[in-house]
Amino acid sequence: MTNLEKYTQIFTETFGISAEVAASLEYQQIQEWDSVGHMSMIATLENVFEIMLDTDDIIDFSSFEKGKEILKKYDVEV
Amino acid sequence: MMWRFEQFADNTALVSEDGSEVSYAALQSESDKLAAAVGSRCLVFMFCRNEKGSLLGYVSFLNNRIVPLMLNAEIDREMLNVLLTSYKPDFLWVPFDMAGKLPEYTSVYSVWGYTLLKTPNNGETELYDELALLLTTSGSTGSPKFVRQSYGNIRANTESIVQYLELGATERSITTMPMSYTYGLSIINSHLWVGASIILSSKTMMQKEFWKQFKYNGATSFGGVPYIYEMLDKLRFYRMDLPKLRTITQAGGKLSLELHKKFAGYAEQTNRRFVVMYGQTEATARMSYLPWEYAVSKAGSIGIVIPGGEFTLTDDNGSIITEGNITGELVYTGKNVTLGYAESVEELNKGDENRGVLHTGDIAKRDSEGFYYIVGRKKRFLKLFGNRVNLDDVERMLQQAGFECACGGIDDRLVIYLTDQEKTSEAKALISAKMGLNPSAFTTIPIKEIPRNESGKVLYSKLEELYG
Repeated sequence: MTNLEKYTQIFTETFGISAEVAASLEYQQIQEWDSVGHMSMIATLENVFEIMLDTDDIIDFSSFEKGKEILKKYDVEV
Repeated sequence: MMWRFEQFADNTALVSEDGSEVSYAALQSESDKLAAAVGSRCLVFMFCRNEKGSLLGYVSFLNNRIVPLMLNAEIDREMLNVLLTSYKPDFLWVPFDMAGKLPEYTSVYSVWGYTLLKTPNNGETELYDELALLLTTSGSTGSPKFVRQSYGNIRANTESIVQYLELGATERSITTMPMSYTYGLSIINSHLWVGASIILSSKTMMQKEFWKQFKYNGATSFGGVPYIYEMLDKLRFYRMDLPKLRTITQAGGKLSLELHKKFAGYAEQTNRRFVVMYGQTEATARMSYLPWEYAVSKAGSIGIVIPGGEFTLTDDNGSIITEGNITGELVYTGKNVTLGYAESVEELNKGDENRGVLHTGDIAKRDSEGFYYIVGRKKRFLKLFGNRVNLDDVERMLQQAGFECACGGIDDRLVIYLTDQEKTSEAKALISAKMGLNPSAFTTIPIKEIPRNESGKVLYSKLEELYG
């Protein structure tokens, strides 16, 4: 599985949405991605890519797109 | 009159997200105008947000004997319709962007991003003289059941909180919870009581805007339910640079012992106060607090009763337990015990049904030094993100929607046992939408049949045993 597939799957499984919806998703756009959803999504992300996000990156992670940018800092190319 | 704003005229009462401030004098004068637009004592539905227009409505209504029924502004439309039919309010106080969704009502007054909508009802509601406020028991469950709080209840509880937290005018508390939720509201009540400032934020702790606002405005305190502390832990809150922060409070459910210890240790090392508290909407808000000096040594305890209150423990026969370390139902007595419940407009003329005594439904014990510990629950309910949820209510709601089910689980994880495998995601979607809570709070487990005893009662213990 490519990193993009893995990354997308984290969204589709955490929030119960399709890959199409995930691709343009922003924080709080759907009920599932609230602060509680955010916490579990970040936890899954950290497990899957074996990284540990800094606080600033966790709170800056405001959309699917933004997340890709943030992951670059941890040498994860999505 | 609940609050005396004139004594703090020049103090800042509210700080909005854009950084603009509202003084107590300005709050007072706008509050008078809004009350004049409403006219006289009646029932108003308040659509709450952590915004200044929302705060204005709340203080104006309470200070002028107008009774608000507190709703989260993001309430499910179907639920709102049920409540409108059950309670027949005279007015709705709503944010501008919601007024368009309620075109059947006429706007009669607008200020600070909120507008007053007139309904066809005209003062026919009979309101008990001491009735001040209506609050849901469980945040946002799909039930029309509200707690009736009196002016005396709010005053008594606010005075206790101010006293034990030693609140003063230099406090600047940032909002972290909805104001339709009793804990969030008690923070507002107590800070306005002493002329302190409330920093209004619609953002969550998972957003950088929240922390910017926190630092920029020099927040001195905040409160949180257990899941907020889990988030803070995940964010490695302990390393954040928050120079003005003095006090953090916790309530709305039992924090894990591990997290209690972590935050108590953090507070001790950084010269801050960590105060664990316990309460219920039925007691206005607070019943006990763990004095910060004991946060480390008494980790896991809900502390001691608040000033003006009294705790007793009773056994199964209702007799008072006097020895230490024996478990029994926790019973609270005090002026903050609310009047009772209402499920419709016809019940708003009811008087005081509780007479100052609240059977909490929590099982507790007291140690040899007088500190209380919650060890279990008598009734079938659990907490979801700080909201008390009655499992039987959830079951009934699902059954009415055509699901054959039984509910169980633990805090922040309600389990729905369903006999129809095909419908698990449907049930989950329905319940999370109705209650306005993240679907991750609900787990569905398909089962063949619901275990029952001979008289047809559901055997919950068996469910947990088989699938828990």
